[in-house]
Amino acid sequence: MDLFEYQARDLFAKHGVPVLAGEVIDTPEAAREATERLGGKSVVKAQVKVGGRGKAGGVKLAATPDEAVARATDILGMDIKGHTVHKVMIAETAPEIAEEYYVSYLLDRTNRTFLAMASVAGGMDIEEVAATTPEKLAKVPVDANEGVSIEKAREIVAQAQFPAEVAEKVAEVLVTLWKTFIAEDALLVEVNPLAKVASGEVIALDGKVSLDENADFRQPEHEALEDKAAANPLEAAAKAKNLNYVKLDGEVGIIGNGAGLVMSTLDVVAYAGEAHGNVKPANFLDIGGGASAEVMANGLEIILGDPDVKSVFVNVFGGITACDEVANGIVQALELLASKGEEVTKPLVVRLDGNNAELGRKILSDANHPLVQRVDTMDGAADKAAELAAAAK
Amino acid sequence: MAIFLNKDSKVIVQGMTGATGMKHTKLMLGDGTNIVGGVNPRKAGTSVDFDGTDVPVFGTVAEAIEKTGANVSVLFVPPAFAKAAVVEAIDAEIPLAVVITEGIAVHDSAAFWAYAKSKGNKTRIIGPNCPGLITPGQSNAGIIPGDITKPGRIGLVSKSGTLTYQMMYELRDIGFSSAVGIGGDPVIGTTHIDALAAFEADPETDLIVMIGEIGGDAEERAADFIKANVTKPVVGYVAGFTAPEGKTMGHAGAIVSGSSGTAQAKKEALEAAGVKVGKTPTETAKLARAILAG
Repeated sequence: MDLFEYQARDLFAKHGVPVLAGEVIDTPEAAREATERLGGKSVVKAQVKVGGRGKAGGVKLAATPDEAVARATDILGMDIKGHTVHKVMIAETAPEIAEEYYVSYLLDRTNRTFLAMASVAGGMDIEEVAATTPEKLAKVPVDANEGVSIEKAREIVAQAQFPAEVAEKVAEVLVTLWKTFIAEDALLVEVNPLAKVASGEVIALDGKVSLDENADFRQPEHEALEDKAAANPLEAAAKAKNLNYVKLDGEVGIIGNGAGLVMSTLDVVAYAGEAHGNVKPANFLDIGGGASAEVMANGLEIILGDPDVKSVFVNVFGGITACDEVANGIVQALELLASKGEEVTKPLVVRLDGNNAELGRKILSDANHPLVQRVDTMDGAADKAAELAAAAK
Repeated sequence: MAIFLNKDSKVIVQGMTGATGMKHTKLMLGDGTNIVGGVNPRKAGTSVDFDGTDVPVFGTVAEAIEKTGANVSVLFVPPAFAKAAVVEAIDAEIPLAVVITEGIAVHDSAAFWAYAKSKGNKTRIIGPNCPGLITPGQSNAGIIPGDITKPGRIGLVSKSGTLTYQMMYELRDIGFSSAVGIGGDPVIGTTHIDALAAFEADPETDLIVMIGEIGGDAEERAADFIKANVTKPVVGYVAGFTAPEGKTMGHAGAIVSGSSGTAQAKKEALEAAGVKVGKTPTETAKLARAILAG
């Protein structure tokens, strides 16, 4: 889960990373009081989870509280690379900035370790620094069990060749930033820029944090950081039912078991769609191994509730779960939906293979539901689902 | 001969006495796996009856190894306790630990991987978030259905469980030497490369099927490895061409970040290494068939 800048700022502050004062607001008028609290001037910063805010006009200085209201009026509602601005942070204006640096910790999947990255060329896109002047970006592996002590931090600072006068201060920031990374179960903590100001202090002026949702069981406070308003309503409804669902922009609703098989199903439908008016998958939905009638019903309910969906492809490979159980699940799910008064009007293509496939297919055939069609191969079923979606478009 | 697991493997189950552990221990026994014990400190000294097979429960992995000579552990331990269980397996120096558990925090998997490394990697870790591995006709360590296919000469390595099953099913008449599900998490123990190297060295494997998916660069590195080190034919499949950027697709590791980790890049890298890559699982199976038919 990626956080907003203000949330990252709060976590940095909590763990001792030096930041400027700031508060988040969602109405222009609130910018006035917030700016007054900061002594009459502020920076108004759009809160969107995308880079390049400054260039898009999403970060503005306000010399007076009135100006802050005007700037907040401009920025709230602005569209930045497809993200609508719903909140702005009213931040303390930075003292005169002498230099801008970059520091981060992240997971290095390739080497299965954590990685510290640091550069004296901060303030710009770090991927660009890595591409154009890789010698300016120090990458230092960090052992997950050893962590970052002040000695380790000094090693990182030395490798990145920070100027002597800020070296110790940056090292201290690296220690507190590591605390943030560990304590919050983060996948990424990034400060860019880490500014050296006229007084010689270093301050985190902007940052990014991404959290590991697998750690939610020991991070009860993280739930409050979720941007529930921005979530797609179908995704939110699916999440409430513990379904693994991602909304996409096509017309063929997809239900399958197992993340890999469902990803593959999306691809196979997209290929098949090339011959049927370019219809595409409408969603990712993995109902997992069990695939009980209830889970199947919940999944179908979400997918049939998506107005973009014109046909549904249920693709199940019976592994441990037997296909007869899955077939019963589908039949019962349709009954369950009917009993709830929800009219199912979209065609379903079902492919069952694997454990007890023959039995499962027979159950579907015997149920003889007018909207359910059985196709016994994955590629064939994808083609049929695409064809039906194209016909209904 | 198979890789990592064979009929002589002595398997213990950490988390055997939980519901999932019980269910799959029974299935593994049914597939002929030599299960010599379970581990649960609170039930040490007891035993569990699986349809007439009495499986003793030990207090620790070390004790289980000492009493039974176990050399494989399969872990069905809930995410919150998985790190401690894997560390225990590493400390006991069991040669193979198969971590089935889904949903382990990355800081935990990074920590137990770093720990395994610091101990000289005496324990091969497979997973987490994987279906385990099977050597058909000999042994099954994990949750792969044992009745999909028979012993044969195809080696399979995959990030995905259900795609493993699908591919085993497509090629069930030919059969498999071993099939290894390496898992869909960002940090995993055994990689595509480890399995490719083992299949290359296995005289009973004639062809390797490699299944990848979006996220990370494991497939690209595997492609480099194949180019330099693998003489056997490799057929590939990559899932996730239609996955949008920045969205996790079911597996914690299955995410396209910016321009990195795309299915297209993985497919191109594999093809550049001479791997035939199928557009669908079925087409991939056909490619494997064609190669084996000469």
